[in-house]
Amino acid sequence: MKLGVLFSGGKDSAFACHKAMEKEEVACLISVLPSNPDSYLFHTPNISLTTLQAEAAGLPLVAVGSEGVEEAEVADLSRAISRGVEEHGIEGVVTGAIHSVYQATRIQRVCHSLDLWCFNPLWQRDEEEYLDEVVSSGFRFLISGISAAPFGEAWLGKEVDPGTLDTLKAMARRHRMNPAGEGGEYETFVLDAPFFRKRIDVLRASGEYHEHHGTYRIEDARLVAK
Amino acid sequence: MILVVDLSYRPGSLSLDEFVAPVERIVQKEGHPTRIRHYTNLSRQDIASADGAILCGTAMKDFGYLEGMEKFAWLLSFPCPVLGICAGMQVLVRAYGGDVHRKTGIGMAEQQVVAPDPLLAGREGFPAYELHCLSVVPPPSFMILATSVSGAQIIRQKDRPVYGVMFHPEVRNEWLIRRFLSLCRPRKGQSDELM
Repeated sequence: MKLGVLFSGGKDSAFACHKAMEKEEVACLISVLPSNPDSYLFHTPNISLTTLQAEAAGLPLVAVGSEGVEEAEVADLSRAISRGVEEHGIEGVVTGAIHSVYQATRIQRVCHSLDLWCFNPLWQRDEEEYLDEVVSSGFRFLISGISAAPFGEAWLGKEVDPGTLDTLKAMARRHRMNPAGEGGEYETFVLDAPFFRKRIDVLRASGEYHEHHGTYRIEDARLVAK
Repeated sequence: MILVVDLSYRPGSLSLDEFVAPVERIVQKEGHPTRIRHYTNLSRQDIASADGAILCGTAMKDFGYLEGMEKFAWLLSFPCPVLGICAGMQVLVRAYGGDVHRKTGIGMAEQQVVAPDPLLAGREGFPAYELHCLSVVPPPSFMILATSVSGAQIIRQKDRPVYGVMFHPEVRNEWLIRRFLSLCRPRKGQSDELM
């Protein structure tokens, strides 16, 4: 079955892509690029770099712009998926939803209206076990956005290795926060994945931070051999 | 042992992680050993050694299980509790002589309990996650226990603990699966070693 992966460039959509590739053919990545940084449905920091990540993975990218307005985002998503059907013959989509009924419901409705399959291979995972599997599977990712009280500025741009992951999990338990950050507590950017043919090297980046909210903006990056 | 049956489009499919693994984790967390089997690969030993069976849901476009109803004949003589979730409920209904029809439900929906049952004790209504494009017409041997705007949501065979649930209890309603498991008792004189 030819599938398109809804791809934000963060760990969840990248890991969902990895899982889908184990069972089916991933024909393209699909990204919705919201101009509104507070998008309800889509991941925003460094979203334009999905082009570089798709190149690293050797997969075509379908990218569609969105104003990031709450329910209009669903129409933008439908438009993006329809392009995946037209340009790459996809029969279904894959998402990185874990516990978000809000996200899953909207994507399921779009797929149903377009008569497409919808797969959520991370659905209902225990977040801590899931994070362990992401890191132990060879994914490399950094924190590209923060939006919750426990996070200080030092987290921006920090790469999540096994040590950082232990700190993150402990912090999530202490503050009763979702350790996977699915509620937008933090965002990630994937530098390398098992299905990447090349890895991403960040050359220049800058951080913006104010009272536990911040963004790590990658201004220049390149692909390098693995 | 609780038999967790995968109804998806092929053994080991991408749906396994989404519809079967979450149910298996809840069952294991309750201390029950589990055995996952695809409905096309069930052996007599799998069935004979199970203390209960859960038939899991599938992706919305996946209806292949309804074309292989002969694979579910074992349900009619299975002596232990059964919980059919979504596609599993449709299979139960078809196996016992009821029918399915087009009716879609996607997302959280309020459930109304309409008949008392130990599975639902203390619950009059609750929200649940629906993901289906077929609904059921239960056979006469079943009663409707709960409904939502998209039709019968929980049914039960009148004289046995054979339940069908159209919504997905593994999402935000794990209590229902835990209560079902409390109805599953080890079968006398049965164990894997004796089979």
